[in-house]
Amino acid sequence: MAIYTESEARDLLSRVLAFSKADECEANLDGSIAGNIRYARNTVSTSGVVSDVNLAVQSSFGKRVGVATINEFDDASLEKVVRRSEELARLAPENEEFMPNLGPAEYDSVDAWSESTAGVTPEDRAEAADASIAPSKANDLVAAGFLNDAKGFNAVMNSSGMFAYHRSTNVDFTVTIRTSDGRGSGWATRDYNDIDKLDTGTASAIAIQKAKDSVDTREMEPGKYTVILEPAASVTLLGNMAGNMGQRAADEGRSFLSKKAPEGEELPEDAPRNRVGEKLFDERVTIWSDPQHPEVPTAPWSGDGAPVGKTMWIENGVVKTLPNSRYWAEKTGVPYVPTAYTGGGLFGGGQQMIMAGGDASLEDMIRDTRRGVLVTRLWYIRQLDPQTLLYTGLTRDGTFYIEDGEIKYPIKNFRFNESPIVMLNNIEELGKPVRINGSMIPPMKIRDFTFSSLSDAV
Amino acid sequence: MDRRDFVKLTGIGAAGLMLPITGRMVTAAELVEAGMDFATKKSLSNVALEAATKAGATYADARIGRYLNQFITAQEKRVDNIVNTESVGVGVRVIANGTWGFAATSEMTPDAIAKAATTAVAVARANSKFQSEPVQLAPVTGAGDVQWRTPIEKSCFEVPIQDKVDLLLAVNNAALDNGANYITSVLFQVNEQKFFASTDGSYIDQDVHRLWAPFFATAIGAAGFKQRSGLSNPVGMGFEYLEPDPAEQIQVQGANVGYRYAYDMVRDAKEAGQQLQAKLKARSVEPGKYDLVLDPHHLMLTIHESVGHPLELDRVLGYEANYAGTSFATLDKWKSGNFQYGSDIVNLFADKTQKHSLGYVEYDDEGVKTKEWDLVKDGILVNYQAIRDQVHMIDQDESHGCCYAQSWSDVQFQRMPNVSLRPNAEDLSADDIIKDVENGIYIVGRGSFSIDQQRYNFQFGGQLFYEIKDGKITEQIEDVAYQSNTQEFWNSCVAMAGESDYRLGGSFFDGKGQPSQVSAVSHGCPTTRFNDVNVINTARKVG
Repeated sequence: MAIYTESEARDLLSRVLAFSKADECEANLDGSIAGNIRYARNTVSTSGVVSDVNLAVQSSFGKRVGVATINEFDDASLEKVVRRSEELARLAPENEEFMPNLGPAEYDSVDAWSESTAGVTPEDRAEAADASIAPSKANDLVAAGFLNDAKGFNAVMNSSGMFAYHRSTNVDFTVTIRTSDGRGSGWATRDYNDIDKLDTGTASAIAIQKAKDSVDTREMEPGKYTVILEPAASVTLLGNMAGNMGQRAADEGRSFLSKKAPEGEELPEDAPRNRVGEKLFDERVTIWSDPQHPEVPTAPWSGDGAPVGKTMWIENGVVKTLPNSRYWAEKTGVPYVPTAYTGGGLFGGGQQMIMAGGDASLEDMIRDTRRGVLVTRLWYIRQLDPQTLLYTGLTRDGTFYIEDGEIKYPIKNFRFNESPIVMLNNIEELGKPVRINGSMIPPMKIRDFTFSSLSDAV
Repeated sequence: MDRRDFVKLTGIGAAGLMLPITGRMVTAAELVEAGMDFATKKSLSNVALEAATKAGATYADARIGRYLNQFITAQEKRVDNIVNTESVGVGVRVIANGTWGFAATSEMTPDAIAKAATTAVAVARANSKFQSEPVQLAPVTGAGDVQWRTPIEKSCFEVPIQDKVDLLLAVNNAALDNGANYITSVLFQVNEQKFFASTDGSYIDQDVHRLWAPFFATAIGAAGFKQRSGLSNPVGMGFEYLEPDPAEQIQVQGANVGYRYAYDMVRDAKEAGQQLQAKLKARSVEPGKYDLVLDPHHLMLTIHESVGHPLELDRVLGYEANYAGTSFATLDKWKSGNFQYGSDIVNLFADKTQKHSLGYVEYDDEGVKTKEWDLVKDGILVNYQAIRDQVHMIDQDESHGCCYAQSWSDVQFQRMPNVSLRPNAEDLSADDIIKDVENGIYIVGRGSFSIDQQRYNFQFGGQLFYEIKDGKITEQIEDVAYQSNTQEFWNSCVAMAGESDYRLGGSFFDGKGQPSQVSAVSHGCPTTRFNDVNVINTARKVG
């Protein structure tokens, strides 16, 4: 399977649409080649390459919609998939929320491709694993890690003349390094579009240091602490908050952004149903998305082919924009706010977030802390209350007590019960944002972060 | 290879539920078409085994899979999605130079299958350079030609789509007419047609069926909103599970109805609407120590997290250290022979043989006949869950038969079998358990759950919470979660109901591994009491 170029994708999708007899037709072509290597106990356990190309055709008659998919692209197969989608559409119940095709549009140019990543070989992966395993062995430690690299493309065309194409490469690396007696554990993660930026040895050195430093933990009482959350520790909580910012759920009354009437009253009929425009966070909180961001580029269009540009979600603590569907935008008379197509599967995952920060490094922030807890990452995060976005989870792989600007000693892991809304109101300092899981997140110093119990886990 | 993608089901919680879907989308009619016959599969699998052996493999297995899914979702008064998928292909696993290799193809020709086999051998050889622990397989006797099917009465795929749509819309109406403002209801129907062949002389054809029918309802009140999920269990059954049967319903006095091997989805939705209204008015729990009575639909998940996962041998040994984590239940604790996992009435067993369970098959995905074995006996840790290449590490010579791959395109590895709590020999009811509790909480349904990476500290919520005072359920309360430590919790187990209260709950999408694979697993248990557990209040004021 090849990664289709823009013109190859355009040609194939044009052939597909030529078979259509439906009122409207839209076709998505996605392909990827991904390689991975996994190791544990200082030895490679599995590795593999998965390649995949898939064509999805959506046909509609009025508000009846059918989707069919195929991975063979001769003319007979293309006609077959179009006919099958038409058959499914005729059998489908009417979908009141179906929206007609978008027309042609101009898109921002985005460069998310790296030839280095596209050219990774099995030997490169084995060497990357070895660069992590060898120092671990040399330190009498035990490494377990996973590296996944991928190249892929996405294209969409519809019968109203819209066509969009995007290609990207990506590499994700995580490593856990533990002491052989199981008393210390460290972790590191890196992700890039360009694998030349990845040095698994350097990342592993951090995990090695944390593993060694986290032996002989002391117990601290659960309670409210000033914490420094490394970007890996806050990214999931922030992503969960972003995932709960949809306009529809807010308007329907089932979100933390739903407008509530004062106690004993009812909202007037024409009152806004959501909290756009309200200041809900510390004024230093500014979060946006931008497909053209050089560190974390994304597709400049959404799944339906709508152009996606820079979108401000929260500015200076004020909620500015909520993502919505075209149906909901039209129903409520607000602009359509599409989000970048992530393609699901290999390139899937959450939406890109870019959070403003300062210039301080993690080390600077530790130096400026009189008393606090440094958190490497949070684990098993689950929602407790969708109204307050209260989440629970645990610290993991390196939790340290800071006193007078220095890391004093490792401490036992904590369970936390905290809401990102509270967290983003209790900011002491934001450091320099770094790339994490396709987003740019600063290290954060947060006061009064709630730890509710201790965990014996290492 | 097939597309592996995620279908986003909106309306389930605010952020939606992302579900892994493998396969191409097809019509419903294609789901009931017969797949390849036994003889053809046997012949194709022999091509793989011979090519692998010729290329130097000392062991090979081939899995020819046809995986069928149908997912239907309905939101409020409308059908949201009907998705039918089919995925066909073959995965070949080999040992060469003492190292595993794997390759898969969707091309069902002898040439493509032979190529996948030789690729698997090449992968094994390449990886053997970094291999420091050569594979040791526990012996297996070839099974010869075997055919097996989940004992179902009515295949889901043979039920007309209109009947399923009518059911979901009736469910939604029942909730909306009784107090819910929003509801999403779903039917997940899965059929794995998998053929396994190995150089041990096995040709095993299995036709596995599973079903799950969850719903997620929300009610909006003046001060906020509340959610309540359905109380169905995912099961290894056909559509007969969705035909209500009063004999399979267990009424707890003053509280809910529990469902055993037949579910009344419309009734549950109606009660969900009513209970949502009660939740909006319910008193918030006073935090502190309580005696907890946990219903099976809730306790199954506690078993899954605090017993199922920590006793997976690959976790214990460190193979999952970088993802799911390791385990507190280390080998030295097991070897001591006196590690008190729970109180002496706690007996936890593993199996892939319970009828109606999600794990039920006759052979696992490496051709081992399935069985039942003890994990915790009279409170003492006695065994783990292990497969052919692991049992030698715990000085055993017989695989436990719990190897599984989510599809033909993924390599099989150790997955959790059904892990269940044995009921009381005395056939007590849930009411019998509740009547002895002075100050407690009865928790129904699965809610928020979180546990650390070695499975010590956990925190679980639920769907419905009832205060128990002096042996009686008094009122519905809210904002309950309990925090405990696995060993402390199971040692606080003081009473449980008997066989007639025993029910199978389960998880339809349990994730493990990198790249991650899902599997479906059941957990059986009766209503059970735990004393003096720490309960916290999860309500919080923000913004």
